[in-house]
Amino acid sequence: MSTVRLSNPHAEPVEELDVKKTTCYMCACRCGIRVHLRNGEVRYIDGNPDHPLNQGVICAKGASGIMKQQSPARLTQPLIRRPGTERGAGEFDEISWEEVFALLAERLKKLRETDPKKFALFTGRDQMQALTGMFAKQFGTPNYAAHGGFCSVNMAAGMIYTIGGSFWEFGGPDLERSKLFIMIGTAEDHHSNPMKVALSKFKRNGGRFVSINPVRTGYSAIADEWVPIKPGTDGALLLALCHEIIAKGLYDREFLARYTNAGQLVIQDPDADEFGLFAMDPEGDPVNPDYPHNKYWWDRLTDKLVPTHTPGADPRLRGSYALPDGTPVKPAFQLLLDRLKSYTPEWAEGICGVPADTIRRLAHEMGVTARDQKIHLPISWTDSWGVEHDHVTGNPVSFHAMRGLAAHSNGFHTIRALAILMSLLGTIDRPGGFRHKAPFPRAIPPIAKPPRGPHAVKPNSPLDGMPLGFPADPADLCVDDDGRPVRIDKGFSWEYPLSAHGLMHNVITNAWRGDPYPIDTLLIFMANMAWNSTMNTSEVRQMLNDKGEDGEYRIPFIVVCDAFQSEMTGFADLILPDTTYLERHDVMSILDRPISEFDGPVDSVRIPVVEPKGQCKPFQEVLIELGSRLGLPAFVRPDGTRKFRDYPDFIVNYETEPGSGIGFLAGWRGVDGQKAIRGEPNPKQWEMYAKNNCVFHYVLPASYQYMRNWNKGYMEWAQRVRMRRDADPILIHLYSDVMQRFRLAAQGKRPGRRPPPELRERVEKYFDPLPFYYPPLESQSTDTTRYPLNAVTQRPMAMYHSWDSQNAWLRQIHAHNYLHVNPATARAAGIGDGDWMWAESPWGKVRCMCRYSEAVEAGTVWTWNAIGKASNAWNLGPMANEARKGFLLNHLISEELPMQGSARRMSNSDPVTGQAAWYDVRVRIYRAGDDEPKESWPQFEPMKTLPGVTKTRPGVLKYFVGNWKKRS
Amino acid sequence: MTQLALVIDLNVCVGCQACVTSCKSWNTSGTAGSLADLNPYDEDPTGTFFNRVQTFEVGSYPNTETVHFPKSCLHCEDPPCVPVCPTGASYKRAEDGIVLVDYDKCIGCKYCSWACPYGVRELDPERKEMTKCTLCVDRIYNEALPERDRKPACVLACPTSARIFGDVHDPDSVASKAIRERGGYQLMPEWGTEPSNHYLPRRKTEMTIRPDEIVRTDNPLKVDGLKPMPDASTPALDDAASW
Repeated sequence: MSTVRLSNPHAEPVEELDVKKTTCYMCACRCGIRVHLRNGEVRYIDGNPDHPLNQGVICAKGASGIMKQQSPARLTQPLIRRPGTERGAGEFDEISWEEVFALLAERLKKLRETDPKKFALFTGRDQMQALTGMFAKQFGTPNYAAHGGFCSVNMAAGMIYTIGGSFWEFGGPDLERSKLFIMIGTAEDHHSNPMKVALSKFKRNGGRFVSINPVRTGYSAIADEWVPIKPGTDGALLLALCHEIIAKGLYDREFLARYTNAGQLVIQDPDADEFGLFAMDPEGDPVNPDYPHNKYWWDRLTDKLVPTHTPGADPRLRGSYALPDGTPVKPAFQLLLDRLKSYTPEWAEGICGVPADTIRRLAHEMGVTARDQKIHLPISWTDSWGVEHDHVTGNPVSFHAMRGLAAHSNGFHTIRALAILMSLLGTIDRPGGFRHKAPFPRAIPPIAKPPRGPHAVKPNSPLDGMPLGFPADPADLCVDDDGRPVRIDKGFSWEYPLSAHGLMHNVITNAWRGDPYPIDTLLIFMANMAWNSTMNTSEVRQMLNDKGEDGEYRIPFIVVCDAFQSEMTGFADLILPDTTYLERHDVMSILDRPISEFDGPVDSVRIPVVEPKGQCKPFQEVLIELGSRLGLPAFVRPDGTRKFRDYPDFIVNYETEPGSGIGFLAGWRGVDGQKAIRGEPNPKQWEMYAKNNCVFHYVLPASYQYMRNWNKGYMEWAQRVRMRRDADPILIHLYSDVMQRFRLAAQGKRPGRRPPPELRERVEKYFDPLPFYYPPLESQSTDTTRYPLNAVTQRPMAMYHSWDSQNAWLRQIHAHNYLHVNPATARAAGIGDGDWMWAESPWGKVRCMCRYSEAVEAGTVWTWNAIGKASNAWNLGPMANEARKGFLLNHLISEELPMQGSARRMSNSDPVTGQAAWYDVRVRIYRAGDDEPKESWPQFEPMKTLPGVTKTRPGVLKYFVGNWKKRS
Repeated sequence: MTQLALVIDLNVCVGCQACVTSCKSWNTSGTAGSLADLNPYDEDPTGTFFNRVQTFEVGSYPNTETVHFPKSCLHCEDPPCVPVCPTGASYKRAEDGIVLVDYDKCIGCKYCSWACPYGVRELDPERKEMTKCTLCVDRIYNEALPERDRKPACVLACPTSARIFGDVHDPDSVASKAIRERGGYQLMPEWGTEPSNHYLPRRKTEMTIRPDEIVRTDNPLKVDGLKPMPDASTPALDDAASW
């Protein structure tokens, strides 16, 4: 059914397509796209060359957006579990939206009037946390989080608690000016296109790229050097790199002295209640009472105690001193030295498998490049202490890391070590190093705090603050008077005090067990909690269906909103069909995780290019409708009538406070659209975004683009536009007094909250103010001779985990996954290339196919994440490779671990942040028997196709769009 | 005489497959489409693609290279697929050197794909016609497109700009320059097909640090009174000589 003949296509009339611009959502990258329409149908999608994020390029996923619209798994109707049938049986009836809203409003109203925390809202990588979080706050439930606890909260928290910013949306490597780039661990999809664009330019400019990773795939393939490392040991490597850089004097002393807390004096009297906290000058000006600055330096030039940042002074970074009252003190840097002393390259070699000589060489490369290839940009700026600088300095060494470091139970300290290494090299918010993206940097830690206890959760009342935040002190924890958790996921409790993104991975287990309490309604948006967004998948699926002794479901009501028939929809009582990204309005808000560039804030929107399918309704509209019906204050006028017509109206007119001028979008504010960041609502805001490539990019003056933690001009600008409350400098926390405050509480040293007795030792150990290395918790409690291998996942660039196995083109690239094993390791286990084999952990086992790979560290096995699917999920056929040959590693990973010396079970997570430790699992491998079925295990009962989802899957797809000149 | 071609830079290709699906997306609804997919949602899905990326490993652990290798019709100067075609459907254009298939003449006999040493022709299973990369001939001359966009879809898509499109007979083209200066090479030149597409090899950037570059006179250890010195307990001449 082709059209013009290729015998002479040049002579044929050219075709003009209708082009609409919007923002991609085939992964979380958020590139600008052009959707080319032929007679109203999508003919082609490519990158928007006028978009700052992707500059015209697109990835395999983005270019396959057409096939998302063709997916056989599209939900088209709201559905309710058929009365009298069991949950999970797949029997549903169609229901109207009016019935949906009436039913939900009635149920949720009762919960809000009695006990709002019985309603829990957890979302996937939804890119609308500003709205979903606000809905939870307005409802008054603390039981809200997105998927960050499962994904990379260690990366966010470890970096934010150290330098006030982090990777991906919050900052990244300045590869345009960098000379040496080190990527550690899995990071392929964060960032996607911008990282690829930058990496190729970097390499063409002659930059040197070192990849430290157990596996050589993706970006690592083009690294100039691959350094294989054992999973979960990156902390040891990073600490040894710090050790060597300091031993050789390759650190940027000037940067450390002025811009970090290296020179500030820490109390060393072990009997003092303030032990390990900074000595405070009672006469000094705190500047900001929430983040007091009145600390001391020991001035090297006068050999005297002076207030920090005294003009003309230069702090000693080493040694021991005494305050006038005799209190012993040490500079924070000396404490770091004491800590690093035993972390030699030889010590690290024995843990991470990287030869000591390689560690030394890498440290020298980093230190010498940072020092000898300095960049001087002729940009004048003024620092927070009023000193004027006529140039900006750059030390061109940059780093990138994401989940590979984060998804371990020692990830927080590993990432603190990385942030400290980056700081030692003097690379923070400087050209060629790490650069922040607005609205970062934030205070350390940021101002937002979670609800501080049960009293914050009241019937018919919004929460005072947001449900998630950054505790700075035990007083900020969300616990009751006995130190017990208030949240269903136990976030911000003594078990995981700094769980800034919540612990979505424990919600179902906790709710099923009724620990800390049972809930009533669980609303899941775009998260596949019955498959790859959960650990211990097989048992969690049983929990979703399990009933108590009273014969009622342990989780009484489960609502799932998704655009597709996923594994999760099978466990719903109520299914809400969402739209796709091409069918709806959306915002990538500055209140959430915007797409800012190094040079200034950027936010963007989606504008629908095609009509929604069937009865599909955007989840945003569902929340606004529910908020209005429930009378949540932000959604109604004082008289109780509805405030916003729909989501686009909400986006234009919502302000964080009446008259605040701050809304979801920062661009074209003010009645005439002339204001940026802050301004009155502009009724034509959507039109202005539409005219401007759906993106707003505010470019800061050059003098505000660097050194932002301590840049007076930037800070005052940020304060003026209310992007920041305060304008005081943000010193890098080499030494974390925030951590020490929790440790002191565990030691019973300060007044205030104390951890429950059984958790004191844990809090004391892991709340170390300096990074330290410990083996992942799972290795500590596993017989590692029986389970000698680490098992991890990577994400293929052409498949965004669970989202696109329904995509006819993308699934041809990855229809099933293998377990990749080093040939030496496989042969030792008697497994041949392509053989069926078993991978077994202490928690479960999977049968899968082996693929030999010379590009994996010999003690590690790995697979592509979430390619395996449950039978018939995503409306794939019963024999689809995803279910028959593909497998999910999550079956091997427990969501809980036994607590040492106790019957208690804790989340299999980082003890500081609650980050799911799903890269910690240990396995053994063996060949499957010749008599065993040649298919993956476990298998599940095929899912039934839901009403409204197509019953016929084409045997052949001849995709040709529109009624263009048909071929004769 | 013009010879349009792709020069593919293996030094920056990360194997993301953007070129693969962009090609499919443009071409299935273009003059060379449709490009069928069999079993698109069932067992062993397969379909017609003009461009595929193969990934393979070279060397043994730990000295392993992972290579991503995009492959499509190489638009040979002397294409073996042309003379074998019994109907004249397979032809090379004089004006720009693009090798094409005239679908109206193609009888689907596959002689051309047997003759092609590179395995880059795919018989569309539904149309029963031989298909292949057209270098997006329906884009590159299309004046309805902005000039920037008159390039093959794969070239515009590529996030690492690993695909350089141009006239390899024009010594001043970016493509020719890249071949000349970066050691561009042809696949299997021994077959005498003279592929127009070229590949640029990997390049390694290494760093040499000399010992005296590590400890310099402005070493910050001096500021803190710690000029690097050997450990006092290590042996010295004084321990061994008595002059």
